[in-house]
Amino acid sequence: MSSDDEDYLYDDDSDDSGNESTVNQDEDDDNDDFGMDIGLGEEASGSGGGGGGGLMMMVSGADKKGSDHAHPYEVLSTEQIVEHMVDCIKEVNSVIQIPTTTVRILLNHFKWDKEKLMERYFSDSQEQMFAEAKVVPPYKLGAKAMVAPDLGGRGVSLSAKSTLECEICYLTLPKSLTTALECGHPYCNSCWTEYITSKIMNEGASQSIECPGNCDILVDDVTVMKLVKDSKVKLKYQHLITNSFVDCNRLMRWCPAPDCPNAVKVQFVESRPVKCRCSHLFCFACSENWHDPVRCVLIKRWIKKCDDDSETSNWISANTKECPKCKATIEKDGGCNHMICRNQSCRADFCWVCLGPWEPHGSSWYNCNRYDEDEAKNARDSQEKSRAALQRYLFYCNRYMNHLQSLKFENNLYSMVKDKMDEMQQHNMSWIEVQFLKKAVDILCECRRTLMYTYVFAYYLKRNNQSELFEANQKDLENSTEHLSEYLERDISAENLVDIKQKVQDKFRYCDSRRRVLLDHVHEGYDRDWWVYTSDDITS
Amino acid sequence: MNDHPRLTAVFARLSFGRTSGKKPARKATDNPKWEKRLQKELMAIMKDPPDGITVSQDTLEGSDLSQICVNMTGPSGTLYEGEAFMLRFKFGPKYPFDSPEVVFTGENIPVHPHIYSNGHICLSILTEDWSPAMSVQSVCLSIASMLSSCKEKKRPPDNSFYVKTCHKNPKKTRWWYHDEDV
Ligand SMILES: [Zn+2]
Ligand SMILES: [Zn+2]
Ligand SMILES: [Zn+2]
Ligand SMILES: [Zn+2]
Ligand SMILES: [Zn+2]
Ligand SMILES: [Zn+2]
Repeated sequence: MSSDDEDYLYDDDSDDSGNESTVNQDEDDDNDDFGMDIGLGEEASGSGGGGGGGLMMMVSGADKKGSDHAHPYEVLSTEQIVEHMVDCIKEVNSVIQIPTTTVRILLNHFKWDKEKLMERYFSDSQEQMFAEAKVVPPYKLGAKAMVAPDLGGRGVSLSAKSTLECEICYLTLPKSLTTALECGHPYCNSCWTEYITSKIMNEGASQSIECPGNCDILVDDVTVMKLVKDSKVKLKYQHLITNSFVDCNRLMRWCPAPDCPNAVKVQFVESRPVKCRCSHLFCFACSENWHDPVRCVLIKRWIKKCDDDSETSNWISANTKECPKCKATIEKDGGCNHMICRNQSCRADFCWVCLGPWEPHGSSWYNCNRYDEDEAKNARDSQEKSRAALQRYLFYCNRYMNHLQSLKFENNLYSMVKDKMDEMQQHNMSWIEVQFLKKAVDILCECRRTLMYTYVFAYYLKRNNQSELFEANQKDLENSTEHLSEYLERDISAENLVDIKQKVQDKFRYCDSRRRVLLDHVHEGYDRDWWVYTSDDITS
Repeated sequence: MNDHPRLTAVFARLSFGRTSGKKPARKATDNPKWEKRLQKELMAIMKDPPDGITVSQDTLEGSDLSQICVNMTGPSGTLYEGEAFMLRFKFGPKYPFDSPEVVFTGENIPVHPHIYSNGHICLSILTEDWSPAMSVQSVCLSIASMLSSCKEKKRPPDNSFYVKTCHKNPKKTRWWYHDEDV
């Protein structure tokens, strides 16, 4: 650990002449080891994105359909987050010439909104701003601090001339072993260290550690890094600082994937898909999985509802059902909804979702995706009404959960398709000729994801002409997606390769185009106010 | 930090966590450096006692500095003039970086809007606004000033509920302070 430690230790001897950033460029993705230079007052890394060049990923809208997500966004690793933080500080510092450690505290106070900070700084209430941010205005600093700016940090080590009693341990010590911030409250270095350590480790404080004296002055990062020697504590402090930087920065968001250390940075806050380097696709505005076409407010409501009704949803998402004909227990092991009973004497064909016979699912009159509202309309007394409301919810929830469930088999499907691709290549097909299969699975999964969210949308939607068109689109996509799924899971064999390839390609192209038609229609409806919701308090 | 506005608990919920096991709790006096500080704190109070504050006889005769008692006399010219109270301080292993546990004890608990009838005190410097630069003396002075500024002797509005449900240690209470002049 020791040699790596050097990479994030703050360099005490830094002076104004270009302190080289010690960001560790050649490390792997090990998040515990990130290079950090938060105290960095003087000169940020000359390397910028240079040395770590390959890490920066500029991506333009991953999903261009639906609306124009042309604004690029960036995926930042932990090191890049720190670099970005230092850049923000430098940018402000180039306009406002006050110590960078003070700038960092001010920026944090303004939630890293540079414009707001500048505005206040150049207003009449500047002094009040410093008080609110709990720092001593730099022009009030004594001559001492001005003369010796190279001590690093605002914590000034006092000269060795005399002694004083530390107000924490009550020991009398040479002044050289004590430290005070600009407020002038001196404590011995070992008490400072213990105090700061306990704040960081026990309270998780980073930006809000105050001087122990009877004042509110905040301890700056350089002083922390100078006084704390334990690398574990330093590392925690750095993590806390980065966390609070991302958490209060409106334009940044942590990737919600478990254990992912990256954050995404956009130029405008809006509901849009962003894809992390770990390949997790999520909505920037709400951090949920990307949920087009349903809007953030509705997906939040829906998720809360599902959590509240976890018992019903548990029941629904259960992986086993009974065959509607012979009552044998059936377990679903793939994503396809076309079930064939394994009971040799039954072999019933039915739909996993509605448990109805499979046969009519391909025909034009059958609706597996639409809840029969007539039943709800006819419900008279309140008990019947609430039963109808529950059934309506279960209807949509069932379909939502079904796609969610099928997506969980995604990996199985990819590996199965990979086997098939290998097999095909042994039957005189080239590598390039079999790639259509992977593409088909990609599209299948995209369609399932979209379909899943259309049931959330449909649940909150009131019936009107446009909603009927929406349901028709949904049904069409549902049917073609099921066909595609069936092709991939059942029908491909070495014998019918050429024939099936054409069918699969036609089908996935059709699915893809129907998916876009559906999304475009919903988005057009947003623009033209077509959608009426079942509850008045939903605004989108 | 010291002259925080008078604060009161409007709501105090029951403790999390019980005192566990049979292991003897670690105390401030396990660490000689902090035992020295405590000795000096007491010495300072004895040498130059603030108005109405004395270290109790038991504490002076005992040998355990991890728990001390301080006598406090109601400041003259206040609603508590002439009354005798006793404060008990307990110091944990992280003292002075962690605040001491401070309660009124004995027969006479001051009737005050921020003091519960079981002796628990709702005062922010005893929890979140504590700083290691504070001391037994500064805590006593803050409590004395809290008594002095009281205009009506009464218990906190949630007294009976709190006393029935609270943890023995007031530091386990999640205090909700609110600025209210009393
Ligand atoms: Zn000390
Ligand atoms: Zn101070
Ligand atoms: Zn990620
Ligand atoms: Zn969203
Ligand atoms: Zn069957
Ligand atoms: Zn069906």
